[in-house]
Amino acid sequence: MNFEEHAGKPLLKAAGIPVPNGGVATTADQAADIAAPLGKVAVKAQVPTGKRGKAGGIKIADDAAAAQAAAQAILGMTIGEHVVEKVLVEQATAFTREFYAAVINDPETKGPKILFSTLGGMDVEEAAEQDPNAMRSLAVDIRHGPDLSHVRAMLDGAGLDGLEDQVAGLLIKLYDAYRANDAELMEINPLAVTAAGGLIALDCKFTMDDSAIPRHEDTAKSGTPDKLTGLEAKGKELDLKYIELEGDVGVIANGAGLTMTTMDVVRHHGGTPANFLEIGGESYTKGTEALSLVLDNPKVKSLVINFCGAFARTDVMTQGILNAWDELKPTLPTFWSVHGTGDVEAVAMLKERLGIDPLPDMSAACKAAVDAAKGGAK
Amino acid sequence: MIIRGTHKVIVQGITGKQGTFWSERMMEYGTQIVGGVNPKKAGTEHIGVPVFASAVDAMKGLDGGFDVSILFIPPMGAKAAALDAIEAGAKAVVCLTEHIPVQDVMYMMAAAKERGVKIIGPNTAGGVTPGECFTGFMPAFNEKIFRPGNVGIISRSGSLGTLMCLNVVQAGFGISAFIGIGGDPIIGTTTRDALEALDAFEKTDAVVMVGEIGGAMEEHAAEYAATMNKPMAAFIAGGAAPAGKKMGHAGAIVMGNKGTYQSKADALSAAGVTILDTPMDVGPVLKERMG
Repeated sequence: MNFEEHAGKPLLKAAGIPVPNGGVATTADQAADIAAPLGKVAVKAQVPTGKRGKAGGIKIADDAAAAQAAAQAILGMTIGEHVVEKVLVEQATAFTREFYAAVINDPETKGPKILFSTLGGMDVEEAAEQDPNAMRSLAVDIRHGPDLSHVRAMLDGAGLDGLEDQVAGLLIKLYDAYRANDAELMEINPLAVTAAGGLIALDCKFTMDDSAIPRHEDTAKSGTPDKLTGLEAKGKELDLKYIELEGDVGVIANGAGLTMTTMDVVRHHGGTPANFLEIGGESYTKGTEALSLVLDNPKVKSLVINFCGAFARTDVMTQGILNAWDELKPTLPTFWSVHGTGDVEAVAMLKERLGIDPLPDMSAACKAAVDAAKGGAK
Repeated sequence: MIIRGTHKVIVQGITGKQGTFWSERMMEYGTQIVGGVNPKKAGTEHIGVPVFASAVDAMKGLDGGFDVSILFIPPMGAKAAALDAIEAGAKAVVCLTEHIPVQDVMYMMAAAKERGVKIIGPNTAGGVTPGECFTGFMPAFNEKIFRPGNVGIISRSGSLGTLMCLNVVQAGFGISAFIGIGGDPIIGTTTRDALEALDAFEKTDAVVMVGEIGGAMEEHAAEYAATMNKPMAAFIAGGAAPAGKKMGHAGAIVMGNKGTYQSKADALSAAGVTILDTPMDVGPVLKERMG
């Protein structure tokens, strides 16, 4: 789950990292009120996407009246695909340098990794192109946390001009924030050096590990839920992994890998999938919900149902679909491929209740569904 | 690591519904399940084997201890269970659980590495050594899918891996070992680790790898594949998937351009691996490559 800047910064502050004073406003008047005691402020659009500055979503205002005008201009604008509904109004900070700092989950070392670069305030990819050697990194044993001396050594020769100890201390606090909040990514860009020689976080990008949300229910309330279509929201409510796509061939399969592959094979035969819908794992008993979800999409012209049972039993999944079938009585052409755990029972059930046989393999089922969608049958 | 029929296995969470169902299937197939763990039912017997309070207790209490532990444990309890198995001195831990917090997984990995314990998974459907044993929830007993033979299979996904085994068997071949490595971003046994294990496994004459978009494991495996004499084919799932939403900014920089379908297909092709357009193409390709 992603967190916008205003929701991430309090977590940095709780770990002892300085952030500018300020508050969140949803109206221009509120922005003026927040700005009044702060003097010069930055008014920043709060949207779950980068490149806000380039889009005109960040403005500097000298006083409350200017902050009001800035908020007026920013609220309601569209950045990426997001309409700005709130702004962060913060005391403006005079700074001399901008750094990059982050802690991430690193699949290579299978542990946390601290990242630091003196090239901050820009896109990290751009920075990497500009100077591939500027990025410093340190793998951490999560059982013990980072050792200050190792963090300090990572910064040797980075050109910090005496700020090494201060930066090392801040990186330890950033790691603490990462750890305390089950982050996948806890990033400060830019980490600014103030005119007085201190460090301050001028932005925060925080992604919480979705699997850890159950143990951070309070914090998770300030996160930004994924933007979902109506059908996707319904899928989420049913605890099904459903992604709506552009095409017209409906897909129901079990397991993420098999579902992706079903989409691949639909495309291989010249069709386009209408959705990703996985009912594997713990949700394999939800055949009924799955069928109604796919049929609710008006674009769907044909359907491929592809089961290959391991943990998920194909007879249980098939029964769920068939129960929904009796209820929904769909008329669109549907093509099955069923193999693996419970397949003998599943195939017998299909024969008995629908009077049909599955196709010999998923390629045949996908091809038939693609042909049916193109033919516009029913 | 390839689990063999000679390995002694315990199941943590053996008394649960799924733990019971699949432990019985594993025993029927030939997996040497010698005990189970459930702190609340320690001292009792379940499906014919003793139940212990912990894996540490099982190691002490079982004659000859055990080699492998399989975890049928809910996400929030998986870290403690894995640490218990590592502490007990298991050679390998098969972690089936999906949705374990990643920081918990990293903690398990660090402890396992220190003690030289292999972790398989998390979020794996397990492994099958046809004719010997299986671990996890694979339909090993289905002869149409897991006929013994000489083709080794590696897969992140259980369902897709099962489909690949089915296609291999339908083409007239058999399976030497199926290694389900798991679908999580951070896993103990990587594609490359599994490839090395199959390269060293005397029953395996060819390897089929089932990869997925995301991460860089297939690219790393390609480096090893280039050094292998055994023929190899690969299918990468997700070529038609929309661009990943999960990729964080910082993640993208440490991984460079790796993670796309094209990157994986290119790396594997360059290493002499035949790329399969669909899983159904595996039969003809194996016939040609193993000629």
